Amino acid sequence: MHDRKAITGFPLVVEPLLSTMSKEGKNTRRMPAPFEEYPLDDIKKDMINNDLPLIPDVSEVETVRHFTRLSRLNYGIDDGIYPLGSCTMKYNPKICEEIASRVKDIHPADKKAMVDILRILIDLSKNFEEICGMDASTLWGAAGAHGELTGMLIIKKALETKGEVRSKVLIPDTAHGTNPASCAIAGFNTVQIPSGKNGYLKASTLKDYIDHDVAALMITNPNTLGIFEQEIACIAELIHNNGSYLYMDGANLNAILGTSRPGDMGVDCLHLNLHKTFASPHGGGGPGSGPVLVKRQLSPYLPLPWITPDKKGLYKLKWDSPTSIGRIHSGMGNLAVLLKAFAYILSLGPDGLKEVSRVATLNANYLKARLSKSFDLPYNTPTLHEFVLTDKYQKAHGVTTMDMAKALIEFGIHPPTVYFPLVVNGAIMIEPTETEPLAELKRFADVMETIAIMAKDSPHVFKNMPSTSPVCRLDEVWAARHLILTWNMIESNKKVVVSK
Amino acid sequence: MSFIALNQEGKKEILDTIGIKDEDELFETIPAPLRYKGRLNTQGPLDEESLRARFRFRAHDIVFAGGGIYNHHIPAVVDAIASRQEFYTAYTPYQPEISQGTLQAIFEYQSMMASLTNMYASNASMYDGATALAEAAIMAIRAKGIKKVVVTRATNPAYRAVIKAYLQFNYDIDLQDAPFNNKSGQVDLDLLKDMVSSDTAFFIQQPNFFGIIEPMDEISQIVKMAGFWGIIVTEAISLGLLRPPGTFGPDVVVGEAQSFGNPPNAGGPLLGFFCTTKEYIRRMPGRIVGLSKDSSGRKAFCLTLATREQHIRREKATSNICSNQGLCALRAAIYLSAIGPKGLRNIAIQCASGARSLMKLIKGKGIDVIFSGPIFNEFVARVDDARIKALEENGILPGIRIEDLYPEIPDGILITVTEMNTKKDLKCMIERL
Repeated sequence: MHDRKAITGFPLVVEPLLSTMSKEGKNTRRMPAPFEEYPLDDIKKDMINNDLPLIPDVSEVETVRHFTRLSRLNYGIDDGIYPLGSCTMKYNPKICEEIASRVKDIHPADKKAMVDILRILIDLSKNFEEICGMDASTLWGAAGAHGELTGMLIIKKALETKGEVRSKVLIPDTAHGTNPASCAIAGFNTVQIPSGKNGYLKASTLKDYIDHDVAALMITNPNTLGIFEQEIACIAELIHNNGSYLYMDGANLNAILGTSRPGDMGVDCLHLNLHKTFASPHGGGGPGSGPVLVKRQLSPYLPLPWITPDKKGLYKLKWDSPTSIGRIHSGMGNLAVLLKAFAYILSLGPDGLKEVSRVATLNANYLKARLSKSFDLPYNTPTLHEFVLTDKYQKAHGVTTMDMAKALIEFGIHPPTVYFPLVVNGAIMIEPTETEPLAELKRFADVMETIAIMAKDSPHVFKNMPSTSPVCRLDEVWAARHLILTWNMIESNKKVVVSK
Repeated sequence: MSFIALNQEGKKEILDTIGIKDEDELFETIPAPLRYKGRLNTQGPLDEESLRARFRFRAHDIVFAGGGIYNHHIPAVVDAIASRQEFYTAYTPYQPEISQGTLQAIFEYQSMMASLTNMYASNASMYDGATALAEAAIMAIRAKGIKKVVVTRATNPAYRAVIKAYLQFNYDIDLQDAPFNNKSGQVDLDLLKDMVSSDTAFFIQQPNFFGIIEPMDEISQIVKMAGFWGIIVTEAISLGLLRPPGTFGPDVVVGEAQSFGNPPNAGGPLLGFFCTTKEYIRRMPGRIVGLSKDSSGRKAFCLTLATREQHIRREKATSNICSNQGLCALRAAIYLSAIGPKGLRNIAIQCASGARSLMKLIKGKGIDVIFSGPIFNEFVARVDDARIKALEENGILPGIRIEDLYPEIPDGILITVTEMNTKKDLKCMIERL
């Protein structure tokens, strides 16, 4: 059995709120003051704030210690394995951060700098198009879901231009939750299709759902079970013969980098998640980046601005087009994240990219081979970069997926994705990625096996886990009922707020 | 460089554990015609020094460009803390027990944004100010049965373009511009009166795209009859000087907080913010961090109101946003903590003073400053192409040309001053004008 105490490393501190440290006059920072102060009496008195802005007044050392202490309550990819399925938590190379910081002081209106940046963005687009087997792309999606919305707007616009009214988008039941939400914002209705007992969509199932109101099929390949959609070519043909579009959610592209290309599968439009496949950090919830790639017939509808060469071959931004869906971002998307992804692609080169999908699949299948001895594996179909287990065996002892996730925290490991995809009861979805060393895979598998033994021998211990993390299990219902979202609300709800 | 730790010996051990001879067997699940046989025609591989050499940029030495993206002082502590791996390499905080750092920091960001705007609550961030505005319009349409969305023409044209793109297939929504007064540069109050009614959502940028401070007291009286209204702030530093927008009674205050500790980044990532009243918090898009308690009764934080979100509500979700701009919001929290109330006030006064100083010098040169309304830190002047070119050749970027965006303002250029400019910068520009 694994020794719990030996691995957990979280400090047991409750860091006070910044607001409680505030006292007038503590912040003595000298700010840049290049100009003589104007009286500003041209601004009407009632437009000026007579009071200082209401933010904390603390010293620099208190700022540094407060946020440093907070950071120690977090778990990051540099701490260890982060096996969230479909989230692709791989190592974030430090050089990519450095490269991205090269543009930090540049204003997007600075054409002198932008000429070189645009050339790099065009190169990046071409690399993405080659990797995916697509014809054209936009880089302005700020996240995966933003890319999805962009893709669905492109399809809507293409249909409108053809004078077709189609209102339905078909989505397999293994899809990410953002898929239907993005369709709804673009003005489509969604229809869910069952993926069936083999874990992939059958063309024969799809046939029952196809009619002239179908605008698109939105599919993730490999899907969230880690299974390659084996009938994708046939599905693409069905979709195209119906005059519909095939949209692919590229969240799981890591499994097929250099190994299989969406464009060759018949995909018309897909988005990438650079914060998954292309190693840029998740930032505790962004900024991500969601470029969108299309086949030639959809390129007129790509969002503005377009990057186009002038007569001298210098790249410029084109701001108008009668066919485009228009603008989806006020700046240049998450440009610095794009540069991180490009630095990553350049570091790896073509062979390195292929090695990513090979080793990601090897690592996942290693864990699957080991863990399917102790846990229920709901699908027999071969899997690539990720796989799904369930809590079926452990539930017989009263131990659930949630319990086991919390036990992993007790062992100092971030849990996998849980209770997703929705088609699997008590799902535990594991994606180790290619960057995990074998020793770390072994540590994870050892701990999971230990947890399986504990579930049989001492199921009662799970309810109190985690107990050595910074906080124990949270009462999320309490949070939603009281909705205390700011310092001010804590002040005005003193009666219900705990003091510890 | 491949960032992969697996050697041949390890690979053999993995193959043995799986019970296969060759890794190719794992890919037989991909139909043979779809297995890519070629070698990708991508660039690389490169070592770190070659990478460094490839990404070098030359920019103008002196920059007076703003227009929604600003160059401000960023204290060294912001980079020092935001580059801690525990923050920047973590995922969205779905496992609150080991994500309290991100969760508490975002709770503090929400607290400071709500406080600075004088609104009830803030979400955890949006992609940028423009998408925050578009989501506000969608929220208004769903909550209030809105039929007409009116945005002032003096709102950042990029924001108006994004709201148009988001609403383009909402065929029953009428999207209109509220004109500005040609003299003052402020919204035309008389025309506005006839544009808003109970089925209208109205949005106004403050200070507006021309840098002009709108007469919000009078506007708030006129738009009382609107079904919904909101104030857009794209230069968050103005919150250090101007009366908080929430005091005028809008339903939302949305916009861009890149100015708080985030560099211009050649156009992104930016930091959209979304603040609203108590009435709308359950309809608010995006993530929200709330206070909770753990099983031992300790104070703890978690993502809350997830039932509005797409992973539960799917197509009925309030929004599709999943990843937001978490790290940018963290930077904003560290920034505000580092500069404090006096620091923010002083920076705002420096920006306003610097812009007035340059405006005076420009007027002294006989150059037209177009609008008469009071400004914050930006203003519009008329400078022809030849003069702009001459400045640019001398390493000075004098501002953003806006003639393409506003054909009614020929030779218009939007000039911005921040505390990062110096008196010498101003002198250099004036000498070459």
